[in-house]
Amino acid sequence: MSGFDQTLLDDADETVRVQLTVNGRRVACEVAPRETLVDCLRNELELTGTHAGCEMGACGACLVQLDGRAVHSCLMFAVQADGATINTIEGLSETGVIADLQAEFHRRNALQCGFCTPGMLVNAHELLSQVAQPSREEIRDALSGNYCRCTGYEAIVDAIEAVAQARDQGGGTK
Amino acid sequence: MSAPLTSLDRPNSYIGRSVPRPNAKRLLAGRGRYISDLKLPRMLHAAFLRSPHAHAKIVAINAEQALALEGVHLVATGADLAKICTPWTGTLDHFKGMISAPQLPLPLDRVVWAGQAVVAVVAESRAIAEDALELIEVDYEDLPLVVDIDGAREAGGPVINPGSANNTCFRAHLDNGTVDEVFAHAAHVVEEEITFGRHTAVTLEPRAIVADYDPSAGMLTVHHATQTPYQFQDLYSRHYGIPEARVRVIATDIGGSFGMKLHVYHEDMAVVGLSILLGRPVKYVADRIESFVSDIHARDHRVRARMALDAKGEILAMDVLDLTAIGAFSTYPRTSVVEGNQVIRLIGAPYQFKNYRATLEVIFQNKVQTSQYRAVGHPIACAVTERLVDMAASKLGLDPFAIRAQNVIADDAYPQTSPTGYRFEALSHQACLKRLREIMGYDALRAEQVELRKRGVYRGIGIATFVEITNPSPAFYGVGGARISSQDGAILSLTPSGEVRCLISVTEQGQGTEAIISQIVADQLGLAQEHVKVITGDTEVTPHGGATWACRGAGIGGETALQATRALKRNILEIAALILQEQPSALDIIDGQVVDAATRNQRMPIAEIARIAYFRSDTLPPGTQAQLTVSHHFAPQGYPFAFTNGIQGCSLEVDVETGFIKVLKHFIVEDCGRIINPMLVDEQLRGGIVQGLGAALFEECRYSETGQLMNGSLADYLVPMPMEMPDIVIAHVETPTADTVLGAKGVGEAGTAAASACVLNAVNDALAPFDATINSIPITPTKVLKALKRF
Ligand code: FES
Ligand code: FES
Repeated sequence: MSGFDQTLLDDADETVRVQLTVNGRRVACEVAPRETLVDCLRNELELTGTHAGCEMGACGACLVQLDGRAVHSCLMFAVQADGATINTIEGLSETGVIADLQAEFHRRNALQCGFCTPGMLVNAHELLSQVAQPSREEIRDALSGNYCRCTGYEAIVDAIEAVAQARDQGGGTK
Repeated sequence: MSAPLTSLDRPNSYIGRSVPRPNAKRLLAGRGRYISDLKLPRMLHAAFLRSPHAHAKIVAINAEQALALEGVHLVATGADLAKICTPWTGTLDHFKGMISAPQLPLPLDRVVWAGQAVVAVVAESRAIAEDALELIEVDYEDLPLVVDIDGAREAGGPVINPGSANNTCFRAHLDNGTVDEVFAHAAHVVEEEITFGRHTAVTLEPRAIVADYDPSAGMLTVHHATQTPYQFQDLYSRHYGIPEARVRVIATDIGGSFGMKLHVYHEDMAVVGLSILLGRPVKYVADRIESFVSDIHARDHRVRARMALDAKGEILAMDVLDLTAIGAFSTYPRTSVVEGNQVIRLIGAPYQFKNYRATLEVIFQNKVQTSQYRAVGHPIACAVTERLVDMAASKLGLDPFAIRAQNVIADDAYPQTSPTGYRFEALSHQACLKRLREIMGYDALRAEQVELRKRGVYRGIGIATFVEITNPSPAFYGVGGARISSQDGAILSLTPSGEVRCLISVTEQGQGTEAIISQIVADQLGLAQEHVKVITGDTEVTPHGGATWACRGAGIGGETALQATRALKRNILEIAALILQEQPSALDIIDGQVVDAATRNQRMPIAEIARIAYFRSDTLPPGTQAQLTVSHHFAPQGYPFAFTNGIQGCSLEVDVETGFIKVLKHFIVEDCGRIINPMLVDEQLRGGIVQGLGAALFEECRYSETGQLMNGSLADYLVPMPMEMPDIVIAHVETPTADTVLGAKGVGEAGTAAASACVLNAVNDALAPFDATINSIPITPTKVLKALKRF
């Protein structure tokens, strides 16, 4: 293309070393500045449980826990996460912190294709760590950035509500 | 107090039980294996340069700079792929007179919609491939374009397919009775024109494919996010000239499909060709904007319809014209006319009347193709019919329930043939109507509506009766010459340790196919469900079959599994009888144990039979060859389709100041025949309803006058999100089909079928005090305010 500046491409490919703590382990990756965190997690670290559905912050499929908060890994460059502590669905599963949520989702079939599910769980986990007893309305509100094409959302809301109640009665894993 | 024992209290009785899906645990742990996750050694990545024009001549392509970029392995144009791929044409023989232009992976000299893939780049990463796209120059020469239905039908206007007389893809006409005469003498006639916007599947995982051609073995392996692997095995084999047995299609976890992932897409065909050209694995995953401009869209109909009734409100006749625009080509191999064909044949389906006339005109335009998406044609047929029924009710001063009760085909009047030629085995409209009235608390809702209106709160109540097509026979595609199977196959083995492995052709996209198949196998064989392993979605392993489309997984796949299991059980009991010196008929299997059929006394575990048969065949009587693997196929016979039915209800509130609509609660009573897993059925219904509500209220692919899609992102194209969606109340009526032992019919499309109709009726009900009406879907706030003359 006329006037195309080749140096732009060269810059885009020049990689940077970032260090992260992912799912409890220290890792380093070489990433290009334009690479998003979701791409880094999925491609470099092969943590494919984090999904990309829209790459613009609208669907919630890419939510991960970064320094304790749920963030959209599609809206962040990997270099911005340098030094951060990240938990993906894989790590949250292994440590068991969301085992009760996962069990309840399973029991109520609160997932179909499962593509939205990691993001839903990360968000549900975040919600329950902020609000112990959310109302159904509050649950729906908290999930308002999580798109699911397969379920009708209701089973997801039911599952989160049930876990909140069980945790309140001391039945949860927390 | 103990309830009386039911069949569900038998050990291993899984049919009718809400058991969770075994595979879901994997997905919940982030261990799904979607095609977009796949990485193969030496894998390259494809990206496509897309046309910015809706209709243009390709004058020249210059890709030299792109090819020179480090990391780029191949730049391919239409001509490169045309050398190895034969063209395809999206027509079916039984749609007489249907036309569509031949298609190739990438166009040779002309683009026909904005977003069409023109040039492919294969590189070491997707990012490099995208960089290379920036370096490609294409000279286009604009051609006159056709964007809307009327423009496409104008005589003397631009013609999309050179050599055709006009832009008509297909016309159909049904005429059954003396329609003009009946309308001339009818006591009441209601008439409406309803438009349906284009919307699209928006699966959360976009389309994804990894094609891997190994030239040394002459073998093509395609990991493809599709519902129908066997169909693609056939297509890749035929269009690329590779023997069928050397084409393997693997469809593992799929992030949503809903009919969208069973059509041939140009990019997917191209990726297969690119892999053949390079002899290396090539991956392509559409990004969201690519999904919006290249996934099939659906609907886009304008239907004018009228209904004649007698003085008492009996429906006498319907007269229908459906115009539908499908894009520049008809999709392959299922065609884009199936939706329109289903619209004109499903209109009026729940009702008893004789005189019907309908014309369907399917029209080309410069947009991406439309084709089959969940509940093909149903929402349109249902909305048209049910709106007219409501209009008739208000004209006659009848309640919506009353006019339906008076006109639906009576539950004891089956078998019946519709005026459009569909044969109904047994439906349950009357029972469903009655049940819906109860679960809605209809009378209370009406009373509340009256009260609230006095306070300026405008609530609407809508109901809509529907008929759904499921369990399709070869009458669907096979008769049209398409190599799309209506039969399914299962291979069942007893493993040496007494478990069962079931390879089956129906596929899983999250609806729970694998769960219900394992329930059926466990139930019929007599062992615990966790001892059944179901494997789907690999043409090299699973037997050929139709897989998942048109609601056939439970009805056809389930029956296949049932019959296969009974055959395996016979074989197991034959061996058991030889070992135990009994008649096979005196034995049964419960909980993995061979028992005396009469006393249920345990005789031996089936694991022991397997051990003897596999490892100590010397101890069996001479001449015994134990057949502990059976392979079985089943094709539907009897009725060409298993029709199901149901009814939905909706309660919503319209804010007449802003035009916003809040769905308060949604209701459905549904009859899918024998229910295998009530929880999964309910979740199919809920998911389907939410898709229908999306179509009714939010979703529309909007185009500019120059044919540009203007809302190709999830920020601009609205989908139903948790906050806007209501809780959904579900009830069932069960009328099993007598055509199969299992008796199951489909359920996946029932939710979507009537949701738009319900909302349309409810909004019109809410607006009744203003004398305002809505006749277009989606029902956006702007449309509401326009109807109220406030905008
Ligand atoms: S992929 Fe990040 S929000 Fe959709
Ligand atoms: S389960 Fe498929 S997107 Fe939510």
